[in-house]
Amino acid sequence: MATQVPFVRQPKKPKPKPVQELSGFPESGSSRATWWLYLIPGLLLLTFVIIIPLVWNIYLSFTEYRGIRPPEFIGLDNWIELIGDEDFWASFRNTIFMIIAMVILPTTIGLLLAAILFDVVAKKYGGKLASFLRATYYLPQILPVAIAGIVIGWILRPKNGALNEILTGIGLGDLAHNWLGSPDTALASIMVVLVWVQLGYPVVIFMAALARVDPELYEAAELDGASWFQRFRAITIGMIRPEIFVVTLTCTIAALKVFGPIFVLTRGGPGTSTLVPSYYAYSEFFQSQQVGYGATIATALTILIGIVAVLFIKAQNASERAERSGS
Amino acid sequence: MTAIAQRRRGGMNRPKFTDTLVLIAVIVGAILIAFPFVLILINSFKSPADYNSSGPLALPTQLYFDGIVAFWERVNFPEKLWNSIWISGTVAILAVVISVLNAFAIGIGRVRGRTWVVVAFLLANLLPQEALLYPLYFMFKQVGLYNNPWSVVIIFTVIQSAFGTYLLSSVYGTFPKEILEAAALDGASRWTTLWRVIVPISRPTLSVLVIFFFIWTWNEFLIPLTFLVDNANQTVPVAISVLQGDRLMDVTTTSASALLGVIPTLIFFIIFQRTLTRGITAGAVK
Repeated sequence: MATQVPFVRQPKKPKPKPVQELSGFPESGSSRATWWLYLIPGLLLLTFVIIIPLVWNIYLSFTEYRGIRPPEFIGLDNWIELIGDEDFWASFRNTIFMIIAMVILPTTIGLLLAAILFDVVAKKYGGKLASFLRATYYLPQILPVAIAGIVIGWILRPKNGALNEILTGIGLGDLAHNWLGSPDTALASIMVVLVWVQLGYPVVIFMAALARVDPELYEAAELDGASWFQRFRAITIGMIRPEIFVVTLTCTIAALKVFGPIFVLTRGGPGTSTLVPSYYAYSEFFQSQQVGYGATIATALTILIGIVAVLFIKAQNASERAERSGS
Repeated sequence: MTAIAQRRRGGMNRPKFTDTLVLIAVIVGAILIAFPFVLILINSFKSPADYNSSGPLALPTQLYFDGIVAFWERVNFPEKLWNSIWISGTVAILAVVISVLNAFAIGIGRVRGRTWVVVAFLLANLLPQEALLYPLYFMFKQVGLYNNPWSVVIIFTVIQSAFGTYLLSSVYGTFPKEILEAAALDGASRWTTLWRVIVPISRPTLSVLVIFFFIWTWNEFLIPLTFLVDNANQTVPVAISVLQGDRLMDVTTTSASALLGVIPTLIFFIIFQRTLTRGITAGAVK
């Protein structure tokens, strides 16, 4: 499953501070500092598994290190090389396509599907049918993303793959193609896998969001003569904006990190046509043994993810403020 | 809610022609989504000869289990299944325990600087794993845990508990004070209150976390791929994917390998369907 953080939600705005801001635990005298005892295992693990490796990785990005002799400090050389590295920029160009496949297409199609399932199918054909369809759209989301890659990879096999066989079977044999092995279709094929995997996530989240929109709003708009599409734009999108933010943020981060399908289907090839930063870093670490340079790519990716997360949260706060002052 | 809306709208609810068109479009979309699953299912039970003569869309002329059996034995599937189950299960339990301890100090103990502690844990969840990969690989090699499933257990306990801490801290932040006071009146210590009062009361949330941690760990790929190099230690997704493109895998055996990867998650989906939808929408519903 590509998207890992389905619950993430903007914390509620702080309430006015209660008079007594101490622990929620009524106690007599025992010191508040002893609460830290409970954090010891968690913080120790966090330090060893996350913080030290992260700092170490940043350090490695300033070194020449091939995994055998100790790392040698070379200052900004890796970073300068990175800026001039065509493959690195190719991997980021491909990331834009990953974002189209994992964020833009699933979110827009998912929004439309959720609105249709909620508004048309559930109301006119029954809730059972709507939840059945929702579950079907969600199905690929539960697969390990590497397995999802294998499923689609099997269909796209160049020799006797299902898609080519079907095309030949209906007389379109000329269209048969080495889908994952040709530079012109490899990226598009990966994008199809990702849309397939990702679509169910926005559908489920948006349908749940729609359930809390007051139906009277729609009725009022309908009485005023608003068309379905006008209502969709004015009410639906406005009301479920928080969920749209959450889905866009979590999917964008997942798109920046995508690795499994690339590893199983194309290993970044042919050439660099499906190379993504995470696979590039992985291959530098373990195939080229250029650990310092791999660390540089990984650090650049981390910085990018940090910037994206901050920008999103800022944009979300700004839109919440605008909404509050508007109402 | 639907019922109320229907009553209010009265006769306006009969499907119109455009509604039928929209419904057909949505059903066609759902068929497209399910289609790869169907293809994998029917072709896993065909012989390669059957596949070559009747194509991927036909049902098998006779049920053929050799592909599945061959792949099952080739990867020693029960072993991989067991690896995945115990690794994911251990992670799920340990990560929930760590999350509970952290959230107890943050949400109920309200330690000073708790916002920063939560941010630090959240960071662990947002980071790309590539940024930790090489140092972790080096560290675990040094302590002799490389190529040992426990390395994966430790790493994912931290990553999953980071998320659990974030979620549970806000849940425990709103824990009813009266209950804590009653426990204190009875002379219960913090430790006793945590395990005898707070954990039992928050059990529904904790069980959702256990299920999610289990499935997320099951689905992980990059770190198990890097840390578990021996066949005997591999998890299901890793074992299946490293054999792709192998010359010995004919077309229907490959299909069978995909099917074996899909089946366990399908089983989880069927068992935990309610919990899953409740969990996924937990952040979205009021």
